[in-house]
Amino acid sequence: MHELPVTQSLLKIALDHAEKANAKEVTALNVVIGELSSMVDDSIQFYWETIAKDTIAEKARLNFRRVPAELQCMTCFNKYHPQDGELICPQCKGVGAKVISGEEFFLESIDVEN
Amino acid sequence: MTQRIQVVENILNANDRLAEENFARIEAAGVFSINIIASPGAGKTSLIEKTLPLLKGRLRVAAVDGDIATSIDTDRAAAAGASAAVQINTGGDCHLDAVMLRGALDQLDLTQFDLLIVENVGNLVCPANFKLGTHKTVLVASIPEGDDKPYKYPGTYRGVDALVVNKIDLLPYVDFRMDYFTQGVQVLNPNVTTFPLSCRTGEGLEAWVDWLIEHSKK
Repeated sequence: MHELPVTQSLLKIALDHAEKANAKEVTALNVVIGELSSMVDDSIQFYWETIAKDTIAEKARLNFRRVPAELQCMTCFNKYHPQDGELICPQCKGVGAKVISGEEFFLESIDVEN
Repeated sequence: MTQRIQVVENILNANDRLAEENFARIEAAGVFSINIIASPGAGKTSLIEKTLPLLKGRLRVAAVDGDIATSIDTDRAAAAGASAAVQINTGGDCHLDAVMLRGALDQLDLTQFDLLIVENVGNLVCPANFKLGTHKTVLVASIPEGDDKPYKYPGTYRGVDALVVNKIDLLPYVDFRMDYFTQGVQVLNPNVTTFPLSCRTGEGLEAWVDWLIEHSKK
């Protein structure tokens, strides 16, 4: 449900950058979503179709690049990918990990026609 | 001609910036502020209701309450002794955001308070993504929700500064493994301050109230 304001924000950022570049049309948005970021790409796509209507980005394709979660154990410094909701370190069973990646949520680039 | 434009902008940037403005405003007024998040029914409003009488005469408290449509929670906060209570109806939105809090701050003379309590909409996912600009985020978990919640909502459990574990009076009746729960919390958030308590019996409320007073007097 939080994808509605998120999609509005996404559109605004894309249009701001397109305007600065004097673009006629936005053809694609390249979005990066980390596995831990609790954003659902289908839902963003759904809202996009309504929100982007009648803007220069209405035909834009949304490309989502998923970044897998990577944690680093702060006990044995092993790096691991959490699986099946199991967050503890698979090597030493240590508790207390640092998130290396997986929380990303940003607009990396847009493709435009001038 | 097709052209690729590098953007690299955090999609929630606009909200984050407004949250920083809110923070500056609250900080300038010398108020300590908390954002309380939880799933529906965990006991956010009950916690506020039980906390306010214990702060009476010690801290001046403003309560801001986010709700989808009603003012039931604000009425409860006012009845429990909040010096001021402001209602934000999100009109269907599942979380508060920085703009909504800014609107609520406009209705308060912040210099008149020591503590600002913001009660978010009951939801364990969305509020974690939208910073408000408070000093601390407090998550209220409760025993009947189950001990697997930190594993299912790592983003939420990871981003909080304090954790209230409510309804501990139900521990004898529910299969809740406290060690499993604690491990799930600590794996991604080893420094979180935890307050096991029961709003119903009052057990454990003292440590929580002391924490609020200590931070509000700084």
